[in-house]
Amino acid sequence: MAMTTSEKTASSQTMNNVEAVRATLYEALKNDDRVVILGEDVGARGNVFLITKDFIDEFGPTRVIDTPIAEASIVGIAVGMAMEGLRPIAEIQFADFIYPSFNQIVGEAAKTRYRSNGEYTCPLVIRTPYGGGVRGALSHSVSIEALFYHVPGLKIVAPAFPADVKGLLNAAIDDPDPVLFLEHKKTYRLIKGDVPNGHYTIPIGKANVLKEGSQLSVVSYGLYVHWALEAAQSLEAEGVSVEVIDLRSIRPMDRSAILQSVEKTRKLLVIHEDNKFGGIGAEISAMVAEEALFSLDAPIRRLCAPDVPAMGYAETLEHEFMSSPAKMAATMRDLARF
Amino acid sequence: MPTTVTMPQLGETVTEGTVAQWLKRPGDNVEKYEPFVEVSTDKVNAEVPAPVSGVLRELLVKEGETVATGTAIAVIEEVGSKAEANRMASDEPVPGMSQEPAAPAPAAATATPRTNGKPDAAALRGASPAVRRLAREHDVDVRALRGTGSGGRITAQDVLAAAGRATATAPATPAGTSTYAQPTPGTTIPLNQARRIIAQRMVESKQTAPHAWSMVEVDVTNLWKWREREKGRFERETGYKLTLLPFFIRAVVQSLQSFPLVNARFTNEGIAVLKEINVGIAIGLPSNLVVPVIRDADRLTIKALGVAAGELVDKARKNKLGVDDLAGGTFTVNNNGANGSILSAPIINGGQAGIITMEAVVKRPVVVDGDAIAIRHMMNSCLSLDHRVLDGYTASGFLADLKRRLEAMGPEGAL
Repeated sequence: MAMTTSEKTASSQTMNNVEAVRATLYEALKNDDRVVILGEDVGARGNVFLITKDFIDEFGPTRVIDTPIAEASIVGIAVGMAMEGLRPIAEIQFADFIYPSFNQIVGEAAKTRYRSNGEYTCPLVIRTPYGGGVRGALSHSVSIEALFYHVPGLKIVAPAFPADVKGLLNAAIDDPDPVLFLEHKKTYRLIKGDVPNGHYTIPIGKANVLKEGSQLSVVSYGLYVHWALEAAQSLEAEGVSVEVIDLRSIRPMDRSAILQSVEKTRKLLVIHEDNKFGGIGAEISAMVAEEALFSLDAPIRRLCAPDVPAMGYAETLEHEFMSSPAKMAATMRDLARF
Repeated sequence: MPTTVTMPQLGETVTEGTVAQWLKRPGDNVEKYEPFVEVSTDKVNAEVPAPVSGVLRELLVKEGETVATGTAIAVIEEVGSKAEANRMASDEPVPGMSQEPAAPAPAAATATPRTNGKPDAAALRGASPAVRRLAREHDVDVRALRGTGSGGRITAQDVLAAAGRATATAPATPAGTSTYAQPTPGTTIPLNQARRIIAQRMVESKQTAPHAWSMVEVDVTNLWKWREREKGRFERETGYKLTLLPFFIRAVVQSLQSFPLVNARFTNEGIAVLKEINVGIAIGLPSNLVVPVIRDADRLTIKALGVAAGELVDKARKNKLGVDDLAGGTFTVNNNGANGSILSAPIINGGQAGIITMEAVVKRPVVVDGDAIAIRHMMNSCLSLDHRVLDGYTASGFLADLKRRLEAMGPEGAL
């Protein structure tokens, strides 16, 4: 099967995020008989974003399994597979549809190791596209990370770059415990980058300092990492020096990377697409307040979505809900000047 | 109403304390619970909170002076309210303050800020935690600064800039300054509190406890493999590096349970065999040696021991160990091999019955089953014991037990 790639070099290939997911899943199916993929339309249809296109022809319907529209069953069956020695990669077609499987994820997968006193683990990956900015309206735009990050026993990963997608997806598949793997759908074909050839992993729980800076620290993940980076680079011209940290993993969280940065810059801005109340930024803020209060030279700022039930379909509403490089730059400028 | 503050008793067995640093000067306002003096005892520095709000009137003990607990060290003039304290501070200059006119005190919340040509008095009220900390660390008077932040706020940068100016104009340090961390040949380094106590303890231990010494060599090949396999995950999950130390402590604790006499101390009434197993770990710092304690080490898994040790090392490096971290040790482990040593004769710590070292792990050809020669990871472990408590019989039994436990660890297992 030919991988779709736009450019080839000896040690790496340029891919977008969709291609990185596809290439990693393909290698996993090829290299490990225990790996199975299951979800809605992952077989004959080849996934709605064509991530698993033609996989069923090569690996057959017992390893690439089309399921009914029943998310609780998708995850529940995958939990059983994982406990009995397979390496299932379950797909929830859109993160907006994950709610029926909440009990299977939180009540079963996350607690398997604890409940069985380590006799069973649940090496399960749940992949799902999330996030807005694509006119997805109420049921194709949500961010779900805050609903799950409260749960011990669950790992949550949200990479932003193709090379991180591959390294973290491999790490998630290798991980003996359940991992929720979040793919921002707007970055799917928007973000391209070099992806090293061959199998490699990036440790879950390690952030990445994308840009060093001295006046404030910005922590983000997913699509907004790219916008934050763009905003920070535009501020260089004004002499505002911003450090940008890509969290990559939401849980476990790389506390030391955040603290180290805040101790240097003394100011913190957390940016995420999810709404503010009880979001990831709340945890980061509390952690920094607990651990590094006497390094702070300004109140911690959070730039997040408004507390409204959903992202509207109307372009104006979506625009209002989403942040932008310009909105981010304004907040960064403000905080740097404080 | 004047309140006399006395040297506090920082720890059950502490009888005296040294004023390491006055954090406030006469005339300064102090809030109840605000640290106003740093006291050092037994290797620990502690900030002492003010018992009342008021104005610091008098310092009765100089920095560096050691006095018995209960001795009066300062007088705070208590006042009813914060506003009153501020008024007193600005209206009645106290002898001994700087020659500069007193800066206006922070205005009460409802008062209009005074702007009589001096920097905005409200600055202090809005000072961020970082500004407060840096101002204290660099001894900068925030009220004398002109803020460059929004609305004239004093920023951390402003404090650092002021501190930089002060450093630039400060007289050069006298020639011949020599410290323990940076010794200059031909000088005498004055003894600080920590060094004085280390010296005293070492002499005391050597003079009271007749030291005997023994060593075993341990094949840690399987243990090494186990740790290699777990270290990546351990660091991911806990943020600390996984060394051999927690494995070693776990084995030591189990051997202590099998040989209770090693977890004991000599007293004139008899050999006190101890119920608790609190393991001290010796941590060398550039200018100091500290032995913080993992309490109830027998109740901890290897993983928990690794985290506990990691936290203590972290605290030690940041000079944040408290009295509680250092008290109560019943046996000491010294990870001496980290720098490559393969043999050492440690001095017993704090009246305990023994101290054991982990020396460097080295690959050596050794004779294994069936007279074959194999390359194995070998580690020496050295025990100094108080011969008043232990005889060679018990000590070598303890060492043999420890060796057996360590060699049985790995390559499989759960932390």
